[in-house]
Amino acid sequence: MAKSSVAAIDWITVLLFLLLVGFGWGNIYSASYEGETFSFSDFSQVYVKQAYWILLSIVLIIVIQAIEVKFYERFAGLIYVISILSLLGLFVFGKTISGATSWYAFGSIRIQPSEFAKACTALALAKFLSDMQTNITYINHQLRAFLIIALPALLIIPQPDPGSALVYAAFFFPLYREGLAAIYLIVGVSAATLFMLTLLFSPLWVVLSIAAVMIFVLIKKRKQKPKYSKYILSLIVITGFCFSVNYIFNNVFEQRHRDRFNIVLGKEVDAKGIGYNTNQSQIAIGSGSWTGKGWKEGTQTKGGFVPEQHTDYIFSTVGEEWGFLGASMVIILFILLLIRLIHLAERQKSQFSRVYGYSVIGILFIHFAINIGMVTGLIPTIGIPLPFFSYGGSGLWGFTILLFIFIKLDSNRVNEW
Amino acid sequence: MRKLLLYLVIITTGIVFIARLFYLQIYNTSFVSLSEDNAIKVIYDYPQRGAIYDRNARLMVANQPSYDVMVIPRELKPFDTLEFCSILSITKEKLVERLRKARVYSPRVPSIVIPQLTKDEYAYLQEKMRKFEGFYIQKRSLRDYQTTHAANVLGYIGEVNEALIKKDPYYLSGDLIGIDGVEKIYEKELRGIKGVKRIQKDRFNRDIGPYKEGKFDTLPVNGKDLTITLDARLQAYGQTLMQNKRGGIVAIEPSTGEILAMVTAPTYKPELLVGRKRSPNFTKLVYDTIANPLFDRGIIGEYPPGSPFKTINALIGLQEEVIDTKEKISCRMGYYYGKRGQKLGCHSHRSPLNMIPGIANSCNAYFATVYRRIIEKYETPQEGIDNWRKHVQSFGLGKYLGNDLATGKRGKVPNSEYYNKIYQFPTYKWYASATLSNAIGQGEVLATPIQLANMTAAIANRGYYYTPHIIKAIDGKPIENENYIKPKITTIDKEHFEPVIQGMHEVYTKGTASFLQVKGIDICGKTGTAENFAKINGVKTQLTDHSVFIAFAPKDNPKIALAVFVENGYWGARYAGRIASLMIEKYLNGAITRRDLEDWVLTHSLEEEYAKPYSGKPFKINQ
Repeated sequence: MAKSSVAAIDWITVLLFLLLVGFGWGNIYSASYEGETFSFSDFSQVYVKQAYWILLSIVLIIVIQAIEVKFYERFAGLIYVISILSLLGLFVFGKTISGATSWYAFGSIRIQPSEFAKACTALALAKFLSDMQTNITYINHQLRAFLIIALPALLIIPQPDPGSALVYAAFFFPLYREGLAAIYLIVGVSAATLFMLTLLFSPLWVVLSIAAVMIFVLIKKRKQKPKYSKYILSLIVITGFCFSVNYIFNNVFEQRHRDRFNIVLGKEVDAKGIGYNTNQSQIAIGSGSWTGKGWKEGTQTKGGFVPEQHTDYIFSTVGEEWGFLGASMVIILFILLLIRLIHLAERQKSQFSRVYGYSVIGILFIHFAINIGMVTGLIPTIGIPLPFFSYGGSGLWGFTILLFIFIKLDSNRVNEW
Repeated sequence: MRKLLLYLVIITTGIVFIARLFYLQIYNTSFVSLSEDNAIKVIYDYPQRGAIYDRNARLMVANQPSYDVMVIPRELKPFDTLEFCSILSITKEKLVERLRKARVYSPRVPSIVIPQLTKDEYAYLQEKMRKFEGFYIQKRSLRDYQTTHAANVLGYIGEVNEALIKKDPYYLSGDLIGIDGVEKIYEKELRGIKGVKRIQKDRFNRDIGPYKEGKFDTLPVNGKDLTITLDARLQAYGQTLMQNKRGGIVAIEPSTGEILAMVTAPTYKPELLVGRKRSPNFTKLVYDTIANPLFDRGIIGEYPPGSPFKTINALIGLQEEVIDTKEKISCRMGYYYGKRGQKLGCHSHRSPLNMIPGIANSCNAYFATVYRRIIEKYETPQEGIDNWRKHVQSFGLGKYLGNDLATGKRGKVPNSEYYNKIYQFPTYKWYASATLSNAIGQGEVLATPIQLANMTAAIANRGYYYTPHIIKAIDGKPIENENYIKPKITTIDKEHFEPVIQGMHEVYTKGTASFLQVKGIDICGKTGTAENFAKINGVKTQLTDHSVFIAFAPKDNPKIALAVFVENGYWGARYAGRIASLMIEKYLNGAITRRDLEDWVLTHSLEEEYAKPYSGKPFKINQ
């Protein structure tokens, strides 16, 4: 080791991390305090617990930075296996909290392994892709990569925690960066669009209008002798997809899932029942106006009108108490962090570090996009936390580990040749 | 290219989120009020309404507590309707209807279900109240009248209507507001300002403490006590004298314009319009269209003033120098004019007379002559009439007085336009003689009793008056309103008043009211007997004359000026004169020495006279 890697730590990223965690804690405090005086020994308060989680995460950071970079690369496979085992173990030893068996309980401390599995999967994927023999353009290598990603996701779905499983879509980003064909992206986005369209209108109308567009295109292009078979084939696939979406939505989805989609698509208005969360969260944010009501002054926050406000809906507190300016600030901080991370990832010389970096970006981005989208009522309710912000020890530690392994990898770039 | 995609996705997401925040927080303002509704409960603390005292600090109106049952519809839980209805003695249908109405008004804002419980009902209900979630009891204060008189002056309070709630955000459904009289005009002073407490609520609708530590809470500001110019004893006496008669008395202190008494008859007791009885009682009063007790004859009854108006014509005559005090005018049982020998009749008296006995004997021929000269002094009758009208209006006649009474009428003093129209000028011409009834206060001229009282005060003051008003002091501080403390000057010079006042004095010493003298008081007055007509079953029918009297006393340094109108009381001195004389004695001496006169007034009723036109039988007038 030629140079001290501590000096090479990217302090901009660390600063952004600290800002988000600090501001996050302030909002958790506001959302959960009920007029009592602050005391570090009062463990019944979530903000006190979170304060300890934050302090401990600093210890964690130091440990992560102390470990040799080689360790992460060499033991990535083992870490992954341990992580998978921990997810499997939940089926036997897991503790069920509000319907989801996602936790191990050690006394009053609870650990949620799915929060750590993301970092583990990222390491494993990085290890696999950086292997000299791996070529992502090969179908069987693609399949193996998908397997690495899908295995933890498949173990998380039956907890049930489909939201956390959805996060594994984040690994599309490193795969794409490493050369996965764009067709996956096109198919994926088209499928999502068709899915939404089918729910909004009936599948028959969607298919008919797509067919109409195709006929129009074909008539225009008839002199260039287009391949009719291609068009017909895609139309058949689309038709099949649309009708199966319709079938799955109506017969496979549970009512609560249907409700979530219907509310966002505006097909159903139910402010008191299932739409309550979204509605209250929007009221809280909306009442913030330009500068908000001030810290600890949010009436919606104080009244506890927004459920899960200190966890998944923490951003509504920001919106209410800090207003448009504060909420935009948080968005901008996240964007800056993500852009900074892209910059770091791109400067990595080792493929392992780059893949891992892109995995981190993907995971953080998906969390950020889904969480804020949900809290502001843009997408259906999918309960996943806002990184660094939401209350939760496992979540905070999971993200801290995820991020700081990358910072460690990045700090080591000076030693790689 | 592969690197760019991620940048693009991230930055687009950021922009979309910020746009969404802008929409939610800045563009769409509906969330702001939603949030307030959601999380903050507002509780009002109603202050005591100000008390009302008379000029001698006698308490007229105080307060009594009252309890309203309120409901917040969205907080209602299923409850035992049968028990609820039986405690409050209302039917279930009524309750359901009221709850429906409350919900329509607003599911969040409280509405009244049962207004103004009695103390007993309140005591009983309060024990049970926690069983009925969504209902609560709001304490307010109701009026407690210490007098049985002056209902027309004091007015009353009642629930605000919806139109007003929309107009003035201070008022909420169920709030009480002054609806008539002093209560209406001085509503802002009397009501005070209600206090507001904001309570932060959690999602279970539980109170979790004051909103922002009570930063926005306000304490109620008590209503201000009013002192009004009324003399409660004189008012009461006036109402007693007016029993079984219809008409009005208005008494004014000339040196200030303060209204000492403002009687209308028939009237009602103020306590009839308090609390839950208000509504049925009010309906009864409204539907009594013949006696019309809600019609304040003192301020909105427009009558032909009759002979008292002659004093004004005398003053104008002197001012316009068309007559002096010495010129004698002969009267042959009337005044003859026109080519066809029309006659304005007069009663028998010595002839010829100059001004002072002319007033004392109320000679029609004298005033017809003076009036004609006033009009004919100018080239055209139009100019003449308008000039005459200018003088008349300077006494506050034919226009609004601009006072602090809840209502009023202009009366009528015709101008040239009016006559041009009815005589179809210029197709046909008209002359002073066509308007001759103005000379004696008949025909087109109309005045309310308060206008006549004010005119009398202007004569008593020898040329100026203060706008009559009812307010004397607010919260113990005398009023400083310029409108009431600055005199209004008439167009007549001071020196012209003495002969007219001398004539009015002789009305008492030698003239038409000589039997009404009060020992030790120099009274000046003028009788009036006003012809009047009414539509009975669609036919214009002449009824018994109105008895009119104006007076002030003492002659020098006058303390009281008043006008009395008794509908169909026949000649001036018969009812109005007696009443005026008793009122003056009562006010100046504090006691009545002429018991026989008082008894006569108290025992004589005009109800029979009022019933006549409606009996369906032919009847005679002026009996």
